[in-house]
Amino acid sequence: MIEISGLSKSFGAKQVLRGVDLSVARGESLVVIGGSGTGKSVLLKCILGLIRPDAGKILLNGAPAEATREAFLAQFGMLFQGGALFDSLPIWQNVAFRLLRGSLKRPRAEARAVALEKLARVGLGPETADLFPAELSGGMQKRAALARAIATDPKVIFFDEPTTGLDPIMAGVINDLIRGIVTEMGASAITITHDMISVRAIADRVLLLHEGRVQWQGAISEMDVTSNAYVQQFIHGRPEGPIAALR
Amino acid sequence: MIGAALAAIGRPALDILGALGALAIFAGRAVSHLLRPPFFAREFAHQMLQIGWLSLPVVGLTALFTGAALALQIYDGSSRFSAETVVPTITAIGMVRELGPVLGGLMVAARVASSIAAEIGTMKVTEQIDALVTLSTDPMKYLTVPRILAATLSLPLLVAVGDVIGIMGGWMIGTGRLGFNSASYLKNTWDYLEFWDVGSGLVKGAAFGFIVALMGCYYGMTSGRGAQGVGRATKSAVVAASIGILAANYLLTEVFFAA
Repeated sequence: MIEISGLSKSFGAKQVLRGVDLSVARGESLVVIGGSGTGKSVLLKCILGLIRPDAGKILLNGAPAEATREAFLAQFGMLFQGGALFDSLPIWQNVAFRLLRGSLKRPRAEARAVALEKLARVGLGPETADLFPAELSGGMQKRAALARAIATDPKVIFFDEPTTGLDPIMAGVINDLIRGIVTEMGASAITITHDMISVRAIADRVLLLHEGRVQWQGAISEMDVTSNAYVQQFIHGRPEGPIAALR
Repeated sequence: MIGAALAAIGRPALDILGALGALAIFAGRAVSHLLRPPFFAREFAHQMLQIGWLSLPVVGLTALFTGAALALQIYDGSSRFSAETVVPTITAIGMVRELGPVLGGLMVAARVASSIAAEIGTMKVTEQIDALVTLSTDPMKYLTVPRILAATLSLPLLVAVGDVIGIMGGWMIGTGRLGFNSASYLKNTWDYLEFWDVGSGLVKGAAFGFIVALMGCYYGMTSGRGAQGVGRATKSAVVAASIGILAANYLLTEVFFAA
């Protein structure tokens, strides 16, 4: 579904991605781990076309990304780190954003019904529908953003640091929601996180990115037993190892 | 030594030219999107309300006090030549040709360019612009086009209302303080005011509206990170819009009225 080869990106003298190769199959949940500033978000933004890579190929459904990006985005959802809900719109219009305009436009009442259904799926009641994002707590905003990401039953979903800033219980709720939604929708997912509880809850496969390179990738079941020094240092949070503690 | 001096001149010159080029490309893209669907009618209507309707009080009050002050100044000046009868005419011409559009534009620049830049800049730093892209919505079409269109169409209307209020401000002072007869004040205003006096001010208003929204959107979209980045974008938008209005006013006045 998504295949990337030799992806490189620099910002001035700083080389963020150095020839990244990865693939995500249909229905697979890939979690990308790595320290802050290792290029995880840049990787996602390159796939989405928000950042133009310097080199490398991105194939979406077997075709070059530039040619198919619009079709790809039409079946795509994303949960941003801070939620990225639109401040000026009430929650239900945030969730139904795609259903109120563009090629997926539906009658307003129908779009609202879908929004309420998706809000219920993430545990938010109809009383939240007409509130504005600023009136919700951080956890509720994240759930509303998750509802927006799944509003059109996408085939591909990206999650950027889905549990950052949440308490452990709310983080657990979000992890369970993500796993449940990905499984029941059969969607392909790429999640960026450095929360190891999220990794274990969400991943089918794990990829560790460090200094713009893929240092290791494998099934979630292999993560704890691999001898890869990067993985062992990262998952156990050790200051000593190949990943410098101060970057 | 000479090389360093040239570099000190050249670098900022290149920066300024680069910024002007980026602004020109942004403006070109915005204009090209004005003519191509999809159009976000609801967003446009919302911006007409925000930019047009909600700017009425500030533009109206500005025009009222400006018209009143203008009548006093012209009376004081014209009385030196015993030409007090020109007060209604000059007040009206001054308002509709220059002060109505320019002061209205500057007040809208302060109110609207800052608000657009702050809103879009905040959307940028909180990834809402990226979110729009992932929701298959072009930020240029959804954010920029409705604002530019709304400002370009609503500012002439604001200027027209401001013209009337400004002339009324002059009339209030003329009849209340300076001893003019109400009917003859209004007749003098009406008889000597030509269509193009008003029309040129409205065209200026449209140009100023375009500049205000363009600067707000451009600096919002190119805002730096964090509160400081948004603050800088807001300040730059107001400064650039104000200077743009004054420069455009001179150029348009040259085009419309130079002999």
